[in-house]
Amino acid sequence: MTTYPTRWRRPPLLIRARPWRVVFWLVVLTYLVIGIGSVEINWTRVAVGLERGARFVSGFLQPDFSTRWRDISAGLIESLTMTLTSTVAGVLISIPIGIGAARNISPLWAYGICRSIIAVSRSLQEIIVAILLVAFFGFGAFAGFLTLTFATIGFIGKLLADDIEECDPKQIEAVRATGASWWQVVHYAVQPQVMPRMIGLSVYRLDINFRESAVIGIVGAGGIGGTLETALSRYEYSSAGAILLIIIAIVMASEYASSQMRGWLK
Amino acid sequence: MSDYSTQWAHRNPRARLALWALWLGIVALFGFCWQLMTERTIWSFVYDAPTAAADIASRAWPPRWSYMEQLWAPLWDTLNIATLGTLIGTALAVPLAFLAASNTTPSRLIARPAALLIIVASRSINSLIWALLLVSILGPGLLAGIIAIAFRSVGFVGKLLYEAIEETDAKQVEAITATGASQAQILNYGIWPQVMPGFIGIAVFRWDINIRESTILGLVGAGGIGMQLQSSLNMLAWPQVLLIVLVILGTVVVSEGISSRVRKAII
Repeated sequence: MTTYPTRWRRPPLLIRARPWRVVFWLVVLTYLVIGIGSVEINWTRVAVGLERGARFVSGFLQPDFSTRWRDISAGLIESLTMTLTSTVAGVLISIPIGIGAARNISPLWAYGICRSIIAVSRSLQEIIVAILLVAFFGFGAFAGFLTLTFATIGFIGKLLADDIEECDPKQIEAVRATGASWWQVVHYAVQPQVMPRMIGLSVYRLDINFRESAVIGIVGAGGIGGTLETALSRYEYSSAGAILLIIIAIVMASEYASSQMRGWLK
Repeated sequence: MSDYSTQWAHRNPRARLALWALWLGIVALFGFCWQLMTERTIWSFVYDAPTAAADIASRAWPPRWSYMEQLWAPLWDTLNIATLGTLIGTALAVPLAFLAASNTTPSRLIARPAALLIIVASRSINSLIWALLLVSILGPGLLAGIIAIAFRSVGFVGKLLYEAIEETDAKQVEAITATGASQAQILNYGIWPQVMPGFIGIAVFRWDINIRESTILGLVGAGGIGMQLQSSLNMLAWPQVLLIVLVILGTVVVSEGISSRVRKAII
């Protein structure tokens, strides 16, 4: 006769089979042992670092906006202008690419070309693109502008194309039935359906582009990132703290504004 | 007599005018920003760019495959930075998310705003900037990279997890409460089983992003394959740069594949 358990035991949450659970945790444990073992840490350097960390925290709490204000404001203007121009240019370029990459209104050859442009743009990280473009175009904001434009094309192009493909086919058919040309179909049937989301996405991308513009300066593509790196390499922690505070403030403000705007557009 | 226009138009004249003004404003702003941005651009470099690009491309081809031997160790380091960083980050994010979610927070006045502030601060600083800071503080090496990834992940995982906690089914929590469960038991039996699959999905998704980001952390000295990229760039060894970029692309594609599979299996 079978004995029933007298106490309830909670069934395991994810991996129900016991052997697999054991194997899973063994693999995790082995990886942790090997992984942590292969991390070499120079503890004396870390000890020195703790003192520097304390200086950084105090610099962050007493930010110094004035000493390096010329550099900071120049970097900030570069970042902001780069963000805006690259978003506008990127959105403009991504519209034809997005339309071309939508299977329901474009021929197969255009679909192939546009989808591969989008795939290339999405799989390369901004930083690597920035390194290459700085090598081609020289240091400065122009390389940064091109980097962000390139990244925007992949982002907006893909979302626009997916959006067009999800369009209501009835409206397209209705406009087509009036004898409209391809341009008129795009203008009167597709554009009204995707426009609100498109504006929301552009505002969202503006927000992302500012964040990225703060980073690509580190590899020489202009903007506030370069200023931050200079401040840190001179160990001017109070200036660096000021720059970080400015970045956080702008990112928070733009995130709030873009989410408000997207909510308002819906 | 009538003033009606004989043609159909989508908008009335006033809306059309406002729309035009808006577009004009955008164009003017674009022009102004363009002017400011290109003030310090050296145009001769820009016109030279096609030649420069062709020159670099010709020097980069073919990639130096033999350099691959020296890339396995940094690649392993990159994997460690991403994985250990994700582990630490998610471990820190879980308590933070419970403090930030409005239905589980112990105090709405102190703990919730503090947790939200930490989440927002962590999210608004890119991991490369975290790495820059930590390298300046802790010195170059893997540790700075791991902590940078962990700090950035805290905000991401924390935000998505606390949103998931806020969306949990209140009935299940009530049922557990009705049995006389303590606070900890409510969390363990009422809320955790509901957010667990989502949590693993979020963590794996973040791991995938972290692999992508940890490949470049080395540019600022935080270990991994980016260090090799930086030194190859400094030596202008373009065939090596090309190989490293290809390896990074391959790693990113593989990690994306793993993460989407795991997420599909769970959700």
